[in-house]
Amino acid sequence: MQRIGVFVCWCGSNIAATVDVEKVAQTLAQEPGVVYSTHYQYMCSQAGQEMIQNAIREHRLTGVVICSCSPRMHEATFRKTVEKAGLNPYLLEIANIREHCSWIHKDKLTATEKAVILGRAAIAKVQLNAPLTAGQSPVTKRALVIGGGIAGIQTALDIAEAGFPVDIVEKKPTIGGKMAQIDKTFPTLDCAACILTPKMVDASQNENIDIISYAQVEKVQGFVGSFSVTIRKKARYVDETKCTGCGLCTEKCPQKKVPNEFNLGLDNRRAIYIPFAQAVPKVAAIDPNYCTMLKSGKCGVCAKVCTAGAIDYKQQDQLITREYGAIVVATGFEPIRLDKFDEFAYSQSPDVVTSLEFERLMNAAGPTGGTLLRPSDGSHPHTLVFVQCVGSRCDGGEKGKSYCSKICCMYTAKHAMLIREKYPDTEVYVFYIDVRTPGKNFDEFYRRAVEEYGVHYIKGMVGKVTPQDGKLKVQASDLLGGRQLRIDADMVILAAAIEPDKTARPLATMLTASMDTNDFFTEAHPKLRPVESPTAGIFLSGACQGPKDIPETVAQASAAAAKVIGLLVKDSLTCSPCTAKPDELMCNGCSSCEKVCPYGAITYIDKPFRGPNRTTLIRRVAQVNPAVCQGCGACTVACPSGAMDLQGFSNQQIMAEVDAICR
Amino acid sequence: MPVNETFKPTIVAFCCNWCSYAGADLSGTNRLQYPANVKIIRIPCSCRLNPMFILRAFQRGADGVILCGCHPGDCHYTTGNYYARRRMTLLFSLLDYMGIERGRTRVEWVSAAEGAKFAATMNDFTETIIKLGPNRRLEDLRCKTE
Amino acid sequence: MQDRVMEKAAALLESGVCTRVLGWKTGEFFYDVTPAVFTSAEEVRTQMVYNPFCGPNLSKYLIAESRKEGKIAVFLKPCDTFSFVQLQKEHRIARDKVYAVGVQCDGMIDMDSLKALGLRGVTAAREVGDNLIVSTLYGEKTVPRREALSLRCRVCKSKRLNDCDEIIGEQGGDLPSDRFAQVEALEAMTPEERFAFWRSELSKCIRCNACRNVCPACSCEKCVFDNPGSGVRNKAAADSFEENLFHIIRAFHVAGRCTDCGECSRVCPQGIPLHLLNRKLIKDMNQLYGPYQAGADFDSKPPMLAFTPEDPEASIITNGRDGQ
Repeated sequence: MQRIGVFVCWCGSNIAATVDVEKVAQTLAQEPGVVYSTHYQYMCSQAGQEMIQNAIREHRLTGVVICSCSPRMHEATFRKTVEKAGLNPYLLEIANIREHCSWIHKDKLTATEKAVILGRAAIAKVQLNAPLTAGQSPVTKRALVIGGGIAGIQTALDIAEAGFPVDIVEKKPTIGGKMAQIDKTFPTLDCAACILTPKMVDASQNENIDIISYAQVEKVQGFVGSFSVTIRKKARYVDETKCTGCGLCTEKCPQKKVPNEFNLGLDNRRAIYIPFAQAVPKVAAIDPNYCTMLKSGKCGVCAKVCTAGAIDYKQQDQLITREYGAIVVATGFEPIRLDKFDEFAYSQSPDVVTSLEFERLMNAAGPTGGTLLRPSDGSHPHTLVFVQCVGSRCDGGEKGKSYCSKICCMYTAKHAMLIREKYPDTEVYVFYIDVRTPGKNFDEFYRRAVEEYGVHYIKGMVGKVTPQDGKLKVQASDLLGGRQLRIDADMVILAAAIEPDKTARPLATMLTASMDTNDFFTEAHPKLRPVESPTAGIFLSGACQGPKDIPETVAQASAAAAKVIGLLVKDSLTCSPCTAKPDELMCNGCSSCEKVCPYGAITYIDKPFRGPNRTTLIRRVAQVNPAVCQGCGACTVACPSGAMDLQGFSNQQIMAEVDAICR
Repeated sequence: MPVNETFKPTIVAFCCNWCSYAGADLSGTNRLQYPANVKIIRIPCSCRLNPMFILRAFQRGADGVILCGCHPGDCHYTTGNYYARRRMTLLFSLLDYMGIERGRTRVEWVSAAEGAKFAATMNDFTETIIKLGPNRRLEDLRCKTE
Repeated sequence: MQDRVMEKAAALLESGVCTRVLGWKTGEFFYDVTPAVFTSAEEVRTQMVYNPFCGPNLSKYLIAESRKEGKIAVFLKPCDTFSFVQLQKEHRIARDKVYAVGVQCDGMIDMDSLKALGLRGVTAAREVGDNLIVSTLYGEKTVPRREALSLRCRVCKSKRLNDCDEIIGEQGGDLPSDRFAQVEALEAMTPEERFAFWRSELSKCIRCNACRNVCPACSCEKCVFDNPGSGVRNKAAADSFEENLFHIIRAFHVAGRCTDCGECSRVCPQGIPLHLLNRKLIKDMNQLYGPYQAGADFDSKPPMLAFTPEDPEASIITNGRDGQ
């Protein structure tokens, strides 16, 4: 039999002025199960709390109902109160008779009547409350960062600085990401390599950081605090521990016709290569698609010239499994493919390039040694046309992306300025829909391009680019001038939209982290939790969450690191006990609950059950991980059999409240 | 149907803990009045609302049931209210199809900052229910105490 | 077709492809065909039938049968294969324990349609071309086959045989179907008329649970209506509310999972058009969330377990599509 105590708070006159607290206490005393009912001026005061604790001991209460202010105000307070008196903190319910009653009603009779009903509902619910215990789950004090661009590097450095070991998994042979390919950075025009490569070196030399390059995540198990991740480290056919990075092999390799991806195919590299001079780790890798030795067994030049004996043609992929407490996604972006934008003649003329290709053409370490030359004939271009929003802000989204890629306005201003500064004999046109420059010193930067560098900004879109007689005939409209323009250009540079890296989608599935329709990772809350994924223990860093420039990426990277550090300093995590709980006997194993769970808290196991006549039936049943479940209850309604229920807000509890209110 | 002057409807409002329950708290804090007929039940998220709870309320004598949750896109659990929206839309459509008055059920998105909207919604909903009169089409006569 | 099905069943058992065959046998009358499991070619030859009265959808039996020892062969008509796929999507059937034989179908005949044609004392029926020759106590009658079709077969949505290991007859495709016509007619009524319609129908319900027990989507280990813990346990409808409650909850629980196989209405001893509840939800989901056919494939996400941020608000219902 339940022994429930009811405590009606006056809240000074806040409640007592409109609710007859004495009458409420008296009426609720008549409710079944109630053995003690009283009222007091301030239940939340020291004296009030002691009163509750004494009553719990004296009347051996099995449940407590407090009629007071909103549970959002003092539920935590009163849970502690009852716990100190030896009662499970979840055997407490609060009837909100202040915000939901005394403060909104003026008539005392009406308000008193309603307070009684709200009290009854709380009593009906507390009758069905079960003692719940918050679980603890351990935290592995190591973090994994997926992606070794500036975002991943910054996050890893910050976590490592705080004293926690962190691994960076990078799919390419070197870390550095997109920033390593960029020439200068806006709005300061300092060189990207000069600010990035020291960070890359810091990362490689930090004792807490382990860079696992040329690798990808293969499998993720576990949950916040204790993930187990399997990483496939691809065979690079070079022993990383022996290679000194001298580069002799990359000069002697006879296979010279391999498109160089670091320069976006604008020049060639060898089959054995180091992506760029400042690569980290500075270790060669053999491209198995082009290496004659690996393909036909005939060659072996690199092995012969390598004085360190690092070449190993028999190297295999390696699977590494490690435990982590937190995972940071920093998979970054890619420019979109432009094959659907034939009107700009990208695939017809080598002189039509993307902005990222243009970065390489301007870069001192690029294929032209930093001299701007037309890719087609190596001549000096005089007229350059920039086209903004290629694939960004496309309606319908069939051809391109519906979103703004955010960085293009600024890097185009940068490119235009750099050209005009280096080659004053050029004419530079920029065609735009809008120029968007929100950011510190951004608008000033753009205005300098227009006002000081004489870049021709024209509002309007380019309709068509036609290669003709060694020129690119550009047809465009000038919306403000209300006229059609025809420009004979030497080069056209397309500001291609950016999209999440292709590896992001399968990774999201492994992590059970949610993504939006554009495959950007979604954040736990768009405003208040922007660097966390809704899946506990998964954090977001950089452009994998949305288009970002470098300062924003670094800011988010450090924010993600701070969140990770906040998690890793804990020895264990306290889980809320108000989580979903399946009744295995009723579970159909249909996966409905799993499909609506935003946290990936639900998994399935095949479990033996006793059947009739001593038989054993194997059934697939749902399991909820209480460390991951946040207690929203989406699964409980998706479940057709009602096997899934929510502790603290069970079907029976809510229906008891309904019954009490409608009585 | 003539409006019954003495009809005091019973209205159950299911409010999600993070937005609408807080919105209801705010309308209290701001002393914004709405009828005492409305009784609030706190649920963690609008997606916790099982259609069975709504039917149960009507069975036990409710004249109107309203669900309040975070605005789409603002759900504390990211996606809960999107599921709730589909479920309620279909349930309401089915009830309508079976001839139950459309106005007896409602969904409103009320944020924690919208105390005024909460009070206005409850005033409007109560008025609608009073105009509709007592629930007769989904009642269980055995549950009537009068 | 009859012979080919029987031969196939016998051959599958004899060759050891399966140890059991799930098919049909005749009940008390020639037309009350009932599902049955056969374990030998001999049993198949003496007891199994396949004729235009083999309406029962066998897919639901595979939940239990595919958990047993050995492989079971099953014969599935196109509409049954949708349930078969849907149940696999819900992990209810162990596919590797099932050998699925798809049987193309020209629509099933039922006694209600024959009675509606004025035929009484029916003792046998056989198909000859496009006609059905019906033996009755009062002599032989010839009726066009299409007029004898069961109501659900007249609005057949698809002749496609999904996920079968083998097919008897031709593979078919989706058909244009005006299966929502009755739903639309109800929608066009006033709320009062609709209320009266459903009261008159659902008040006939005797809660025999036949609709639930036959429904391939209603395959819960334990139904909420049998579970004391669910808070809605209910063995018999004691009140108009409980009559409604059972059917509302049932329709809602199968929303997005119902393949519209029509078994619920077929087995209802009271002749309640229960499929009109499910079809209403199917129609709504198609309209509001995009076309979806449960059991048509393995990959699509059921509408009740999915969302888009742009979904319409519930107010499109509560504000009234045509005003109150």
